[in-house]
Amino acid sequence: MSAPAEESRTMKEAVIEVKGLEMSYGSFVLMRDLNFTIGRGDIFIIMGGSGCGKSTLLKLLVGLKRPARGEILYDGVSYWEAEPEVQERLKRRFGILFQSGALWSSMTLAENVAMPLEQYTTLPPGQIRELVSFKLSLVGLGGFEEFYPSEISGGMKKRAGLARAMALDPDLLFFDEPSAGLDPISARLLDDLIIELSESLGTTVVVVTHELASIFAIGTNSVFLDPDVKTMTAAGDPKRLLKESPDPKVINFLTRGEGTRQR
Amino acid sequence: MIPSELKIDRNPDGALLLSLAGEWKLGSAIPSPDSALAGPAAGEKAQRLAFATDKLEGWDSGLLIFLAKLFAICRRDGVIVDQSGLPAGVRKLMELASPENQRTGITHGGERPPFLVRVADAAFAQVKGFKEVLAFIGEVTLAFFKMLRGKADFRRLDLIVTIQETGAQALPIVTLISLLVGMILAFVASIQLKMFGAQIYVADVVGIGMVRVMGAIMTGIIMSGRTGAAFAAQLGTMQVNEEIDALETLGLSPVEFLVLPRMLALMMMMPLLCVYSDLMGVLGGMIVGVGMLDIGVMEYVQESRSALNLTHFLVGLFHCFVFGVLVAIFGCLRGIQCERSASAVGYAATSAVVTGIVSIVVATAIITLSCQVLGI
Ligand SMILES: Nc1ncnc2c1ncn2[C@@H]1O[C@H](COP(=O)(O)OP(=O)(O)OP(=O)(O)O)[C@@H](O)[C@H]1O
Ligand SMILES: [Mg+2]
Repeated sequence: MSAPAEESRTMKEAVIEVKGLEMSYGSFVLMRDLNFTIGRGDIFIIMGGSGCGKSTLLKLLVGLKRPARGEILYDGVSYWEAEPEVQERLKRRFGILFQSGALWSSMTLAENVAMPLEQYTTLPPGQIRELVSFKLSLVGLGGFEEFYPSEISGGMKKRAGLARAMALDPDLLFFDEPSAGLDPISARLLDDLIIELSESLGTTVVVVTHELASIFAIGTNSVFLDPDVKTMTAAGDPKRLLKESPDPKVINFLTRGEGTRQR
Repeated sequence: MIPSELKIDRNPDGALLLSLAGEWKLGSAIPSPDSALAGPAAGEKAQRLAFATDKLEGWDSGLLIFLAKLFAICRRDGVIVDQSGLPAGVRKLMELASPENQRTGITHGGERPPFLVRVADAAFAQVKGFKEVLAFIGEVTLAFFKMLRGKADFRRLDLIVTIQETGAQALPIVTLISLLVGMILAFVASIQLKMFGAQIYVADVVGIGMVRVMGAIMTGIIMSGRTGAAFAAQLGTMQVNEEIDALETLGLSPVEFLVLPRMLALMMMMPLLCVYSDLMGVLGGMIVGVGMLDIGVMEYVQESRSALNLTHFLVGLFHCFVFGVLVAIFGCLRGIQCERSASAVGYAATSAVVTGIVSIVVATAIITLSCQVLGI
């Protein structure tokens, strides 16, 4: 954790603070001692090798799984100690894309995207329909409104999941490998979309991704999880990490195993 | 295929030199790694190991697993391996599979605990399972009352689709089974009753038997196998696809959203199916009675009517209503408890049927006993 990274984090107001977090499945501890802060408007990247617990960390961040130890504060409020109403209100601020897309299979794409809108807004049906079409076309799925999840490809499911995550214009977006299964052009468009969301709407985006190009293009802050020592070994702007991190594992990750810093 | 050959020499510097020749492929007789290290000059242990492969004609994973075992032995005995004699491809693959490139500290399950600990664990798991069932029933009840107040969140369309699936679409199988059960009852009864010339009472046996319990039990078991399993598989798959997580993050309760419509549908459809099953059972009895025992149609109907009363009918309906709730609860519970794999979905479906049928039989026993005590 280099000093300049520290600096960039204090500049932004903290939205999510993770303190002494430990996550485990039963007695199997995945990660311990996680401490980091996600600032408002950050595009925060969670990095780490396959199977090190990134998806699990995301589940903890959205309140689907209880931390084994430690706490997660949203604007200073601890999720697990809050009243159910406060939890509900917090959840309303989240938009989540699961690694598998997690579209509801008994509903069409339009119904999937409309669901959060129907749940949390009182917009008239006509307007919901327009919004849904617009969100679907944002991810390049205009015209697929009446398709069922079983009728579209894996990458399309990912994108539909994205549209659903963005339905309510949430101020916290969580994406689990959004560009996995996308062609390079769509992946690039997705990066642009994420940057646009963060810059124009001030959305805070937490992304789990392995795409180096994307990490450097969009990331403003990050953590690196190392399964061997079961904790985070680096944090900060990925571009800066590449230049300054003393940890060879981090450098290796950021250079596809080349181990050198030419970039 | 050229047979694989291994020649073991000792270099002047004391290192063992393994010369590989021929084809080292899966299926060919590859020497054992132990024999390679034993070497020609047993006794004095080699400190280094080198390879010569200029006569190697071909290789595949067969060679790789030979080397993997060999390297493991070397690592254990502290023998230094010089890989430079191996083909470049082999070196690269061995490098990828080397222990340095695997995750450390992976434990799965750990040691097998002692017998008594396992017994205790199993007992606690039972208690925990029972608690989960109770908690789930509690949640469903709360959701039900919420619905009565008009506040539960679920899609009306889901309810309608489930009603169709559990109601109308179950008619053919209910028809078949109930008709046959009615006929079987009539057959079995007729054998005894004929001895006394009392064939006409077949109508009583079939009528009361079907209407009071058998219609309900048959419907319950059919629905447990048909619908309970379907519920468990549907919800289990949703669990696997993280669809249930997605609902929860929207602040929607899976119990309200998924379980409630399914339970409502069964609560409405089961009594209707039960009435239908009663009717089919009596019809089955009549087919046997009229066709084989020479009872007149009107006579049979008359006898059935005098044997049956509203109490029998209502007891049957009550049974079926309870079964509907049980089938829905266990089907949905097993689905929601499902773990994240395809085999877990299969297990959930099986478990839903087993628990459903067991609970149906137990419930029947309880209701029958209660009726006995209350004199209904
Ligand atoms: N339900 C579970 N029960 C027990 N262990 C689990 C469970 N789910 C995941 N794990 C374990 O937790 C670890 C991390 O899983 P996770 O899905 O968070 O990894 P990940 O970092 O997202 O990997 P990937 O990049 O491949 O998606 C894995 O090693 C896995 O063995
Ligand atoms: Mg993952």
